[in-house]
Amino acid sequence: MALTVPGLSRHARRKLANYIIVGLATLATLIAVAALVMILASLVINGLGGINLHLFTMDQPPPGEPGGMRNALVGSLIMCGGGMLLAVVIGILSGTWLAEYGDGSRLAAVVRFLNDVLLSAPSILIGLFVYEMVVRPFHGFSALAGAVALAFLATPVVTRTTEDILRLQPNALREAGMALGAGKGHVIRSVIWRASGSGLMTGGLLGFARISGETAPLLFTSLGNPFLSFKLNQPMASLPTTIFQFALSAYDDWRQLAWAGALIIAIAVLSANIIGRALARGSKNT
Amino acid sequence: MPTDVTIDAPRGDTVRGKSRAHQQDAWFRVLCFSAAMVLMATLAGLIVSLAIGGWPALSKFGLGFFTSSEWNPVTDNYGAAGPIIGTLVTAFLAMVIALPLAVGISVFLVEFCPAWIARPVGMAVELLAGIPSIVYGMWGLFVLAPWFAAHVQVPIMMHAAPGSFMDRWFSGVPNGANIFTASLILAIMVLPYIATVFRELLLSIPPYLREAAYGMGATPYEVVGNIMLPYIKRSAIGAVMLGLGRALGETMAVTFIIGNSHDLPNSLFASGSTIASTIANEFTEATGDMHISALIALGFVLFLITFVVLAAARLLIGRERV
Repeated sequence: MALTVPGLSRHARRKLANYIIVGLATLATLIAVAALVMILASLVINGLGGINLHLFTMDQPPPGEPGGMRNALVGSLIMCGGGMLLAVVIGILSGTWLAEYGDGSRLAAVVRFLNDVLLSAPSILIGLFVYEMVVRPFHGFSALAGAVALAFLATPVVTRTTEDILRLQPNALREAGMALGAGKGHVIRSVIWRASGSGLMTGGLLGFARISGETAPLLFTSLGNPFLSFKLNQPMASLPTTIFQFALSAYDDWRQLAWAGALIIAIAVLSANIIGRALARGSKNT
Repeated sequence: MPTDVTIDAPRGDTVRGKSRAHQQDAWFRVLCFSAAMVLMATLAGLIVSLAIGGWPALSKFGLGFFTSSEWNPVTDNYGAAGPIIGTLVTAFLAMVIALPLAVGISVFLVEFCPAWIARPVGMAVELLAGIPSIVYGMWGLFVLAPWFAAHVQVPIMMHAAPGSFMDRWFSGVPNGANIFTASLILAIMVLPYIATVFRELLLSIPPYLREAAYGMGATPYEVVGNIMLPYIKRSAIGAVMLGLGRALGETMAVTFIIGNSHDLPNSLFASGSTIASTIANEFTEATGDMHISALIALGFVLFLITFVVLAAARLLIGRERV
């Protein structure tokens, strides 16, 4: 560990080594912050020019004509909404089981472990899975398949946050409920869940942040659709897949739309993240 | 709960009410349990469906699927050595770049910087994790790649003597879309995950350890290097594996910038492909059944690799939940 610089006292050597390491650590932090600033700056610079009313009121255009991303925005909202609905129901219930019922059992340890693995599993594999499970048997890409794929991605996030939040609730709360004669399930539903309301919201928001920017699992489940569609059994456009298609195209106006779409997604995801974390911090402090 | 409680209770509503509440509770418990089982079934279904879908390709090509790099939809021959090696190389390079940065950031935030900086900077690092991967991809393709080509790749290639070490490892199409820039993007993407876990781990070190070291007259560097980092070593390896798991399966950002060639990568600046980018690029356009099966088989391989890495990560980190 010792740096050997001739002509320096031991004390000076140690001080020098310290300065160098502190300098390097500062540099590493600066690099990360710079990366964030550069990415956000290029998003704003390239995307802001494309934000206008047309973006929200017109469907995707053929190259060279004016247009917007209404079909993609609507599709994303529908599929994220459907996915979140499924994920919140399954996630809160399974998180509740982990925290309140299965606690300490071997089965719960296994479920918890698998949930943690699912939490970081590659999203494209979820897409393949849903393709095999939903798209292939029903002979067609559909918005429903897209929503299911997104639900599989968000569920582990909701499960995990729910379990963490329920564990934060003091046992006195459970005991008080039981002492009044309520059964365990009753206590969980009307005392524990209510006490952890904002924490459960956090789980939902973090789950939403996880899926709203996801592209890979939608590529071969909901496919994409150049027209506005509300049919769940038909292919549906989504913001990320449309951005993917437009960004890799050779047309400048399509690329402009892609940047504007990317800016919208980034704002949505980052604000969901920030609000979710702020809520979590609030509920931990009280 | 003793059942004889109900004996003293008045007849009628109370008894019936109680049993109904108990029934509801039982149903609720079953509901929660089945939700947890859905999670387990998801993972099981994932592996089974990938294995079944990929079986035709795996049984037809056998070991050749892993050793051959000839990926040819026209002749229906699929050897996946290119994408598999590409996946491993980019993920490994990303970790080599991200690890020192993550150590630097976490140490800076916990030990070296004043408290009023730590909070906003910590937030900024966490925000980096929130940026969707497609945004990283666009930034990589339109900002990083052209800059990299003009200011790094071309100068290096111009100064490399033919046949030299530089020429061997740093040649490629000078458009900035290659294995190295893909690794660079991956490194930025996994950096916040690793750095955040490192930071939590460092904060969990009992204060008396640090105080004792400072009391002995150690400099901050010596406290960090000799006391703190060794203390978190095991869990830190877990955090690195967690980042590795993410890097292996990352799809969109890599698809944008890796150049998408199925050949075995022969230099750092050559275009390549990963398993995930290959699936993303070809799946919707695959026409033959064997092509689809080969892509699903690739997914199966990716699943096995990431599952092992992520499982190891979770075991090493333990219940330190991140």
